Amino acid sequence: MAYEKVNELNLKDTELRLGLPGSGQVKEEQEVSCVRSNKRQHQSDNEEESTPPTKTQIVGWPPVRSYRKNNNSVVSYVKVSMDGAPYLRKIDLKTYKNYSELLKELENMFKFTIGEYSEREGYRGSGVVPTYEDKDGDWMLVGDVPWDMFPSSCKRLRIMKGSDALALDSAL
Amino acid sequence: MNYFPDEVIEHVFDFVTSHKDRNSISLVCKSWFKIERYSRQNVFIGNCYSISPERLLRRFPCFKSLTLKGKPHFADFNLVPHGWGGFVQPWIEALARSRVGLEELRLKRMVVTDEGLELLSRSFVNFKSLVLVSCEGFSTDGLASIASNCRHLRDLDLQENEIDDHRGQWLSCFPETCTSVVTLNFACLEGETNLVALERLVARSPNLRSLKLNRAVPLDALARLMACAPQIVDLGVGSYEDEQDSESCLKLQAAIRKCTSLRSLSGFLEAAPHCLSAFHPVCHNLTSLNLSYAAEIHGSHLIKLIEHCKKLQRLWILDSIGDKGLEVVASTCKELQELRVFPTDLHGGGNTAVTEDGLVAISAGCPKLHSILYFCQQMTNAALITVARNCPNFIRFRLCILEPHKPDHVTSQPLDEGFGAIVQACKNLKRLSVSGLLTDQVFLYIGMFATQLEMLSIAFAGDTDKGMLYVLNGCKKMRKLEIRDSPFGDAALLADVNKYETMRSLWMSSCEVTLGGCKRLARKAPWLNVEIINENDNNRMEENGYEGRQKVDKLYLYRTVVGTRVDAPPFVWIL
Repeated sequence: MAYEKVNELNLKDTELRLGLPGSGQVKEEQEVSCVRSNKRQHQSDNEEESTPPTKTQIVGWPPVRSYRKNNNSVVSYVKVSMDGAPYLRKIDLKTYKNYSELLKELENMFKFTIGEYSEREGYRGSGVVPTYEDKDGDWMLVGDVPWDMFPSSCKRLRIMKGSDALALDSAL
Repeated sequence: MNYFPDEVIEHVFDFVTSHKDRNSISLVCKSWFKIERYSRQNVFIGNCYSISPERLLRRFPCFKSLTLKGKPHFADFNLVPHGWGGFVQPWIEALARSRVGLEELRLKRMVVTDEGLELLSRSFVNFKSLVLVSCEGFSTDGLASIASNCRHLRDLDLQENEIDDHRGQWLSCFPETCTSVVTLNFACLEGETNLVALERLVARSPNLRSLKLNRAVPLDALARLMACAPQIVDLGVGSYEDEQDSESCLKLQAAIRKCTSLRSLSGFLEAAPHCLSAFHPVCHNLTSLNLSYAAEIHGSHLIKLIEHCKKLQRLWILDSIGDKGLEVVASTCKELQELRVFPTDLHGGGNTAVTEDGLVAISAGCPKLHSILYFCQQMTNAALITVARNCPNFIRFRLCILEPHKPDHVTSQPLDEGFGAIVQACKNLKRLSVSGLLTDQVFLYIGMFATQLEMLSIAFAGDTDKGMLYVLNGCKKMRKLEIRDSPFGDAALLADVNKYETMRSLWMSSCEVTLGGCKRLARKAPWLNVEIINENDNNRMEENGYEGRQKVDKLYLYRTVVGTRVDAPPFVWIL
């Protein structure tokens, strides 16, 4: 589904809907090497952006050596454990575009269904809660941070279920 | 001076080492030209196509060290297609044929081959030092030749090269009799490393001062290496993935404490967050710290390390350190001279890691700061004006605002005034990179005030040809000008053709220059190589009889005394 970009505002992001953050978004990536328009944007609507616009990729920009770009690319294979499962799995976070793809893959892998996500209440309804360990060693709920930030901060995943998950569920 | 015999004059010249000064000496008179010629030890050639190896050898028959640079700077950002040029082979062949006693070869952005390295290793008995920066085209087999054949090898320094790693045994090619190694840097190799050979080499190299490991060297090996080289001054850690308090970690900590000469730390190519604490005991002596590859180390750990580094002069770091982290740097590192802050999020996903506040804090806290490279999401004129006031000593000022055309985020104005303040205050500014929303006005300021400027990088800036003209007319010391995606065209290009004889090179890509304009320039200035790089259609522009009005995608021109180069690929058209 294409989305409109008007004056750099991403209107789709301001839509209200139930669903995982980032689902349904199509990330456009075009290699562009051209003279950008010099129409200056003095108008104040630049400051009213609520979300940063999706960037089209410009060749050779930002000016960082490819050697450096490659080195700093995210190490994306993470372990996934599911409470009660006999062994862990590993997945490459780089292969997913958003949370909904990731969770769908996890659902397939471990044969479960996950509830609906909402910012306020987490995952309700199924007794299954996806969590992850971040760089600081804290266990966080999957889905709170924007997808772009997720792969670099996620060290491992744990799918909580059973009594732990129920306790979380009822505490919210 | 002419009352002294030549040997005395030559002895005096020995004290003059800078290339600029030696070039000046050679212009004084014929006698000095001759003496200087025969006594020149180090030759620097900033553009390998400006001169030929034969002419080099004719002028300087006795040099020992050669520095060559190939591709233009924007090649670092993939703007120069593969195969463009910068081949070192003809140079090595010519030098091998001559009787020059080459001891050192330093190459930057050149194409090197295994055959070339093999020829190099066999041709010069006293060859001591090989430094390759951002080069490509060779493999570890070439390194094996160097290791095997250069009996007095002192330095093997490989910085950010693209090397085909055959996972061979190049390290074991150093003969057991080789004990002269001082610098060994192979951090850019991607493959497995023969750890046994490495440890034995380090153990028999008492003069080893600089050791930079690749990611295949694990923690326990690092501990053993440091234990046999406590004299190390410059260390590049490879991989550091281990549990805290493991036996290897403890051994490493013990070894580190003995490295009292350690002054420079880098690497951490694969690093667990906790690893930096092992280095805290040596921090108080560190003068150089490069953590710009340690993408997995959190800002808080970086800060904890830096708090101990009171003598730091050079810091390369990722923007994950944040403004708060830069404030810590500003209050701790009072000796800081050079700072580089690299971006972690290359697509500007809205995660504002460092802002103008961090830059201002640094400028306020570090009085000796003279070089900066700063990637950030946003900037203001007010901040730049403050920075200029705090730090009038900048020699290099490179600011990269990640989003092209981005204005002052508070006032929405262009950043002309901010950069104007920088060039006006910093009277010694030699290198400048500008970014953000900029009109012709900023170039007026640059032309007016940046009298010492030698290198200028422009991207997505300016309105009309006037911008480029201000710079060409005003900056008398300009050597390298590189411009991309800016609306400068033929009028600016052709206004003062003689200017380009005073410069090393000009790069213009995605600007408004036309084929006709470039042709006119080439006609007026036969001492220039005017290259049109058009990889998309292999320069069928010429065959198809394109109109002169056709815009040129990439233009690269440079002065040369040897005319059109013969090694240009089909997509490069030299007018």
